[in-house]
Amino acid sequence: MTTTRSLVIEKELPHPPEKVWRALTQGPLIKEWLMENDFQPVVGHRFNFRSTPMPQWNGVIDSEVLVVEPNKKLSYSWNALGLESVVVWTLLATSGGTLVRMEQSGFRPDQQHAYQGANYGWQKFIGGLERVVAGLQ
Amino acid sequence: MPSAEASIFKVLADPTRRAIFERLRRDGDQTVHALTESAGVSQPMVSKHLSALKRARLVCHRRRGRETHYRARPEALAPLVDWMRHYGAFWQDRFDRLEDLLKRMDR
Repeated sequence: MTTTRSLVIEKELPHPPEKVWRALTQGPLIKEWLMENDFQPVVGHRFNFRSTPMPQWNGVIDSEVLVVEPNKKLSYSWNALGLESVVVWTLLATSGGTLVRMEQSGFRPDQQHAYQGANYGWQKFIGGLERVVAGLQ
Repeated sequence: MPSAEASIFKVLADPTRRAIFERLRRDGDQTVHALTESAGVSQPMVSKHLSALKRARLVCHRRRGRETHYRARPEALAPLVDWMRHYGAFWQDRFDRLEDLLKRMDR
């Protein structure tokens, strides 16, 4: 499994994109691997993921569907613990199945668009964090 | 609950602020004057960005003669790194579960 410190997880799974898509977008299937939810694959649909409550957190994640491109791309906001983030799933058909990519970033894509023209990307910044921390020791 | 991570994210959401922070981290102490020359925005804007960075404790300052020198505090990024570690482990685990589910869906 390839992972980077920038919260991108990528893995090739030996299943066709159509099948992976079902696992990512059908509520009862999502519950099996992620969390209880009232997800609908409809842009603009607001929903919750619900996990076990913990001290100082009720376990609820507030989300809104942002992108639905069947068998290709799915995105929803992921707001919990006072932090807004966006999760983007990208599916790419390969000879052996599907390359599944999950990216969680700290800001909504539309906010990033508002900063178009800035030559300093958030992803690049996040990617550099590990170096910063390593340098502290 | 406004967490430490949230305020750091919010402050660093602005690319000019990120660039200022990066510059201080890379090149060491700088005056507002020197930062303004490279930031591409006006001095009052740079001062405003520095105030925001200061509130998040991402930079600190020291007066030296007539000029104020700013310094990056990369250690203030620790909550953000914790957040990424947390979610990194979380998604690794969920990927494994997704894979298990896909296998079961074959049957």
